[in-house]
Amino acid sequence: VNELGALIAATLNAGTVLALASLGLLINERAGVVNLGAEGIMLISAVTGFATAVRTDSAWTAFAAGALAGAIMSLMFAWLVIWLHANQYAAGLAMSLFGAGVSAFIGVPYTQQKLSLAPVTGIPLLRELPFFGPALFRQHALVYLTVALAFSLSWSLQRSRTGLVLRALGESPESAHALGYPVQRLRLLAVVVGGALCGVAGAYLATIYTPLWVEGMVAGKGFIALALTTFATWRPLRVLLGAYLFGGVTMLQFHLQGLGVQIASQWLSMLPYLVTIFVLVLISQKPGFIRVNMPASLGKVFVPGS
Amino acid sequence: MALLTPLFALALTVALGVALFVLLEIDPAKALRMFFVEPLKTAQGWSELGVKATPLVLIALGLSVCYRANVWNIGAEGQYIFGAIFASGVSLDANEDTSGAYVIAVLLAGIVGGMLWSAIVAFLRDRFHANEILVSLMLVYVAELFLGYLVYGPWKDPDGFNFPQTITFASGAGLPAMIAGYRVHWGAPLALAVVVLAWSFIFHSFAGYRLQVVGMAPAAARYAGFSARKSLWAALSISGGLAGLAGALEIAGPLDQLTPYVPVGYGFAAIIVAFVGRLHPFGVVFSGLLMSLFYIGGELAQSRLGLPKAMSSVFQGILLFTLLACDTFVNHKLRLIRSAPQRGVTRALEAKGAAQ
Repeated sequence: VNELGALIAATLNAGTVLALASLGLLINERAGVVNLGAEGIMLISAVTGFATAVRTDSAWTAFAAGALAGAIMSLMFAWLVIWLHANQYAAGLAMSLFGAGVSAFIGVPYTQQKLSLAPVTGIPLLRELPFFGPALFRQHALVYLTVALAFSLSWSLQRSRTGLVLRALGESPESAHALGYPVQRLRLLAVVVGGALCGVAGAYLATIYTPLWVEGMVAGKGFIALALTTFATWRPLRVLLGAYLFGGVTMLQFHLQGLGVQIASQWLSMLPYLVTIFVLVLISQKPGFIRVNMPASLGKVFVPGS
Repeated sequence: MALLTPLFALALTVALGVALFVLLEIDPAKALRMFFVEPLKTAQGWSELGVKATPLVLIALGLSVCYRANVWNIGAEGQYIFGAIFASGVSLDANEDTSGAYVIAVLLAGIVGGMLWSAIVAFLRDRFHANEILVSLMLVYVAELFLGYLVYGPWKDPDGFNFPQTITFASGAGLPAMIAGYRVHWGAPLALAVVVLAWSFIFHSFAGYRLQVVGMAPAAARYAGFSARKSLWAALSISGGLAGLAGALEIAGPLDQLTPYVPVGYGFAAIIVAFVGRLHPFGVVFSGLLMSLFYIGGELAQSRLGLPKAMSSVFQGILLFTLLACDTFVNHKLRLIRSAPQRGVTRALEAKGAAQ
């Protein structure tokens, strides 16, 4: 039972990284922009967050720095794809390659460093509960904020005017334009907000989840987060669920090893990537299913008045 | 005009590089010399240029065909790794008596390995409509881990002091030296031959034409009876096979053994090479040489100026960025227009809406 509690706790922790990034990408995609650069954004904000945490000993400052780094990176991306009409795939890939290089470059002095952050305590009182305490209530506050974010995003997409406008940007930018909304500027805003969330995810990864800076440490999580938005048919609560599922798969490898399962570690480390492919295959089988749920103008350039 | 963009982009990248060096308080003239002059001053430098450009050009040729068919294979790194693994598998069986022709089997094995790895992408896209970007990318991580499994496990050299590496392969499995004393190998002329092949395939063959029609105008291709499925399989087989060949050449040429350090990001850098080369085989040669100059410059800057090696990937990323940005300015005319009247109309509509 203790083992199970520890696995649930680790799942929440790992799932939060994916959930934050994936919710950010969901905001991007609901506005009609695919950001293949999430991996690079997360790498840069991971190293920025780590460097900030080294200097300030504060996780929250690190998150803020990560968010800022993510916002700046996605501003570059947004300028390329929204105003210069660059191919979104190519620009996103450029971001990811650039991010990998820049983060390795900035990160050189930080590779051997350790952090001295205040230990994560969790929620007072609740953390003392038997089983549920260690399983659910001893996480960093950001874990719970992520859950709240998913719920509020889900509510506002369906019920609020902001959500309606965001959906219009991705479904039919022409209509939004005809109604007088500045489509390009609003898309930019959505991309930057989404990038900032990816940034927080990167900073959380390097300060709370791992706490270390290792070159290339995001290891495909940005791309898995991208796949998650598709798995979740662009719905925030499903993104949250999917992120925990993948977090669980990631963590399973360590726990299987702990249980003495005799198998080379590499095979277990492949699991998250293989599961991503497997789920992608499952969900893509009926092409109509994805098409119905996908924002209709996803990945398409919008030129006002054309 | 399309030729101008890469030149603009290069100029802009150099300008940004100078700004970066000034920021890092490094003499920009000295740093630029490391990247653009020092590597070309010695015969050894030219040889290294060929060593690094060979895999980049080969992979980028495959990707150019693939992207022309509108198939987004971005997992060439994984196909490169599998080429290296298959080539090593065959090389392991070579011994001192193996004849020099054995290397042909090694290279063919590499092509098969790369093709098989990309065939997974083609199959899942063809049969289940799974997005090729994500599948090919996820397979890179799987390939890296599989490589790790092999060199830490069953293929580890028993006399290798527990280092994660295979035995050094027998000379029969390797390429003979092209010029004694230099690392450049027969892969370089082979890559140039593939350039010509790719050029005639893309511009002078019906198969290549079909592939591009499917990529550019799927509806027209359907009308003409060109199969989109065949084009998908062809594009991924070609790019996978060439990436696999690049991996095999790396094993048979400069490395002679399999280690976890075989993948150095050529598969990703080749994406940039393909774009900067305008998806044109001849363009790819120039961009491949340029990109390998960045690699060597990065190494020189590391050893002589103490800069991190990642400098070269920073420049590669900036180059792709500036290329994408320049493309717009070259392909579109910049016009300044007054937006005031339009805004007025919107306001009038808003006022009307408010009144109702």
